[in-house]
Amino acid sequence: MQLKRTTWAAVAAAAMLVLTACGDAGEDGDGDDTGAKGDYEVVADPDFEAGSRMAEIAEAGTVKIGVKYDQPGIGFKAAGADAPTGIDPEMGKVIAGQLGIEAEDIEWVETISANREPFLQEGTVDFVLASYSITDDRRKIVGQAGPYYVTGQSLLVAADDDSIKGPEDLEGKKVCSVTGSTSIATVEKEYGATPAGFDTYSECVDQLKNGSVDAVTTDGAILLGYAAEAPDEIKVVGEPFSEERYGVGYSLESPELCEFLNTTLEEALSGDAFQTAFDKTLGESGNEAPATPTLDPCP
Amino acid sequence: MDFLTDNPDLYFKGFWETLKLLLASGALAMVVGTVVAVARVAPVPILRGVGTVYVALFRNTPLLILILITYYGLPEIGIDFGFFIMVTMAMGLYTAAFVAEAIRAGVNGIQVGQVEAARSLGMPFTLTMQQVVLPQAFRFVVPPLASVFIALTKNTSLAAAFGIADATFRMKGYLNEYATERVAIFLGIALGYVVIVEVISFGAHMFERRWAVKR
Repeated sequence: MQLKRTTWAAVAAAAMLVLTACGDAGEDGDGDDTGAKGDYEVVADPDFEAGSRMAEIAEAGTVKIGVKYDQPGIGFKAAGADAPTGIDPEMGKVIAGQLGIEAEDIEWVETISANREPFLQEGTVDFVLASYSITDDRRKIVGQAGPYYVTGQSLLVAADDDSIKGPEDLEGKKVCSVTGSTSIATVEKEYGATPAGFDTYSECVDQLKNGSVDAVTTDGAILLGYAAEAPDEIKVVGEPFSEERYGVGYSLESPELCEFLNTTLEEALSGDAFQTAFDKTLGESGNEAPATPTLDPCP
Repeated sequence: MDFLTDNPDLYFKGFWETLKLLLASGALAMVVGTVVAVARVAPVPILRGVGTVYVALFRNTPLLILILITYYGLPEIGIDFGFFIMVTMAMGLYTAAFVAEAIRAGVNGIQVGQVEAARSLGMPFTLTMQQVVLPQAFRFVVPPLASVFIALTKNTSLAAAFGIADATFRMKGYLNEYATERVAIFLGIALGYVVIVEVISFGAHMFERRWAVKR
């Protein structure tokens, strides 16, 4: 029976390894609940043209909004948290408010980059606010109102690294970002970097800290947040490059949504709703709010 | 089909990376798997124990967790070989457990009289394995080994989220950039994997015909 005992010991050892691994992977940012009640105006009895999608949503009293769950500051939901946090969910609340819907009546749906268009086309969600860059190709199949936020990607490197000062130093360097993101495609195609894709930004930051990659790239505001957490180990270098224009996705079956979204975004940007949303999320690590973008006209 | 005409090199670079992963981890799995299989049928109890523990450990642990342990555990203790070698190690050692079991099945399929004949000729264990048992066992195990390597081909797609720019990584990039061509992208990438798997099946078929035991 000696063999048997060894087998059990091995199983127990494997189980412990599994448990340790789980513990490691779970820590992703902090899940501070921003009890959002009352941050943004909720229109008491919104008036929409009968039969329009806005009237339908307002009538239903709930709206389905697709956001990212894995991008701190942009759209993030910690394990066990009730609602996602970040600039995208905040802007979702602003839009819901204009439809007469309270923040807690929003149905949040996790969307990843690959399923944003199908979710809009199939009606799984009413709006997508998921670091959703406006592109001509996407506008062929879904509607995109905005941009409400214009950003550029930056570089995060080790604090003692002087060899990378900007994107032009990336030739042949290993640069980490989320698999499938626009940022990683840009550094590979335009600056000749070797792409290293991971599932989340925090994994990339871990790989940077242990020296497995030379740089991490994504939205500058997100990187500043990480740099602020560990200023001795990592730093943001160079000016932002590339331009990402975040828009609100909607279904082309309801083109009337565009005018509504543009009006809402216009008010949010010229009033203080956007500033509030920014300060609570990306602005927390001391970032300045970006210049107010000009909205694209509706088609 | 803009995604292919705009950036055909990315498609092939992706599958080249997938192939490299497959070949490297496949070779590692063959070597380690054979050693473990031999250990499991060895007349030495300690070797048998080690073989059993190996199979139990690596076959029962999900591949994703093995990769996580390699990526986050090893650098903690100062070992860092780079993404390609680390993911190859995890996949190779994982697949080795399946290779070992397939080969052990083949070994057990060899009639005991053959081993007895070899031993009675004075061949030691290693020579019996090398000259009599393993050559025959490998014939029996071609079909199950082909299945193991086909599974490995598909498992390599996990590397896309671990710093390797393989075919699945390229697929996610294409999906982000060419929103209007989703179906074509899925089919195009699937086709690449199907081709690799078909080559493995064909190779297995050739081996089977070539090595067929004449009865």
